[in-house]
Amino acid sequence: MRVGLFIPCYVDQFYPQVGIATLELLEKSGCEVVYPPNQTCCGQPMANSGFEHLTKDCTALFVKNFAEFDYIVSPSGSCVLHIKEHAHENGGLHDKIFELVEFLTDVLKITAVDASFPYRVGLHQSCHGQRGLHLAQMTELMAPPFSKPMQLLNMVKDIQLIELDRKDECCGFGGTFCVTEEAVSVKMGKDRVADHLKHCAEYITGSDMSCLMHMEGILKRQGSAVRVKHIAEILNNNHE
Amino acid sequence: MNKDHAALAADFNKDEARVDWHDETLWFVRAKRDRAAAQVPDWEVLRETASRIKDNVLSNLSEYLRRFEAEATRNGIVVHWAADAAEHNEIVLSILRNHQVDRMVKSKSMLTEECQLNEFLHANGVEVVDTDLGERVVQLAEEPPSHIVLPCIHWKKEEIGELFHQHLGTPKGNADPQFLTHAARLHLREKFLTRRAALTGVNFAVAETGEFVVCTNEGNADMGAHLADVHIACMGIEKLVPERRHLGVFLRLLTRSATGQPITTYSSHFRKPRPGQEMHIVLVDNGRSTHLGRKDFRNSLKCIRCAACFNTCPVYRRSGGHSYHTAVAGPIGSILSPNLDLKKYSDLPFASTLCGSCSNVCPVKIDIHEQLYKWRQVIVQEGNAPAGKTAAMKTMSWVLSNPGVYHKAGRMGRWFMLNVPFTVKNRFNAWFHQRELPDAPKQSFGDWYKKNRKHG
Repeated sequence: MRVGLFIPCYVDQFYPQVGIATLELLEKSGCEVVYPPNQTCCGQPMANSGFEHLTKDCTALFVKNFAEFDYIVSPSGSCVLHIKEHAHENGGLHDKIFELVEFLTDVLKITAVDASFPYRVGLHQSCHGQRGLHLAQMTELMAPPFSKPMQLLNMVKDIQLIELDRKDECCGFGGTFCVTEEAVSVKMGKDRVADHLKHCAEYITGSDMSCLMHMEGILKRQGSAVRVKHIAEILNNNHE
Repeated sequence: MNKDHAALAADFNKDEARVDWHDETLWFVRAKRDRAAAQVPDWEVLRETASRIKDNVLSNLSEYLRRFEAEATRNGIVVHWAADAAEHNEIVLSILRNHQVDRMVKSKSMLTEECQLNEFLHANGVEVVDTDLGERVVQLAEEPPSHIVLPCIHWKKEEIGELFHQHLGTPKGNADPQFLTHAARLHLREKFLTRRAALTGVNFAVAETGEFVVCTNEGNADMGAHLADVHIACMGIEKLVPERRHLGVFLRLLTRSATGQPITTYSSHFRKPRPGQEMHIVLVDNGRSTHLGRKDFRNSLKCIRCAACFNTCPVYRRSGGHSYHTAVAGPIGSILSPNLDLKKYSDLPFASTLCGSCSNVCPVKIDIHEQLYKWRQVIVQEGNAPAGKTAAMKTMSWVLSNPGVYHKAGRMGRWFMLNVPFTVKNRFNAWFHQRELPDAPKQSFGDWYKKNRKHG
């Protein structure tokens, strides 16, 4: 199967190791993975700011880059959700695009990973992945629990997954919200981080790097030794 | 210029301990709601049922309103129609004047907050006493409610003790909730006994029977309405349910969603005036018909004002109700208010991370976070975005649609660092007040791929 790898712009620029881990994970699982070099951004920052009408060219470029593949996979629930729900002229890519975690659990249906991560790890459940793509059950709903990221993390040897007081509260990143509503954004981030610290996390992981970047920024400013790591890095056995 | 949500929220966040307290208090209510909902078998079916009943109501609103008017009139209730807030206020004033009444008790009604009735009546020489305890607290403090179900949730008990000391003469330093509640009861009892007119809100009105239901925990609506010669009930035109049996669905949802109680202490049905009493209903539009005509937004008229979306909202809990500068705050207020005044409330749909928790707790399944997103588009399309933001977005759109430009810019020093608003590393940038950015890596993923994979 030919997979087009969609690496969100900020991951491309700031977190290349997350792109590499995603690529290697998919290759190890037997996919033929191609990264179309002309990709830029899904257009979400504009759309969520109310400028969806300016994203047409961005979407057209996206379709041009990815139309040829059997599947499109990205290590970001938020960007995938944007293409699915708000990039209206996405040329039918809706059913072909997957966030990495759901691609591993639902399409590749992997049952094992060759990874060990002997640390205390807290999972940050990013909202767009969870409530938008249903990567995990939502605490608001009275429905049976499930969690695709937990399903994968439980395959990792020696990992100690911690419980949180608030399982699925938003971290406050929210795209441009992080600067336009700086006070609340930061307070939400501090509170989310505090929940992980209270339960003695050594790492915070998740499937959306934007939330992790926000929480990393707060951890660093606090001088904390706790670090963030994208779930792809843990599943790909990347320790540094 | 008045402060927007972000500025008001920043003010609220100057006292971090207070934000923590506010957040914990409301999270406690959310958790209580979760436990109450979990005890109802098929909670999600109940939500779906309520949502569909309201779909039916909104699709047949004019018919149900006429039926309600006919039945209520048959029951001996005087029905009034108000096109807007001003008309509503005039109608209430004229009823009071007809009875030569210049003092009135009022139980909780967010509609009268929306219409700013208290201010209007005050200006016309009518004294209004809010009889809901929380409402009375904010009224004594001369400020609006910060929450539609828990009006003084932003007040600590010690502060209420001080407020009551000043206004009701309770001993200084006494902040015992039971003592303060008792003091308020005595104070309000005198008002109930001496006022001849009472105004209540309406939680549900039944088209089939012409009756209406008022839900309170304190019984203050009943106390006011039963003792008064004139009972005025004010309701938005969307408050209807078709038949009495539908109340079972909504009464089961309302208080579980609101406070985690199985039901309000009082769910009182008013059907006809008692002998010698006059009963009036004011049906208020105030923008609702316009809203009903907005395809993307009409289903927000399903709202039953439970405030579950307030309690779950991580932004509301950390910014406080007054930061929304509107009668109905929180996520639902952020999608209702732009209909009333797009320019004035153009900040509110942006006071959200679009996390979606609000839509999940909503007992009538309003797609609140989707509507927040859609209002953002409307606000920008109608020219309410700041010029700088528009220019930045246009540049961003151009760069991101042109891979050559994007990559060249990236190589010239991480285009992102220079152009994405939050990455500019200086003390004026909001990102850096309280956060660090990751160090820029030596190469982007794209660069790495080119060197390490044959396709590159």
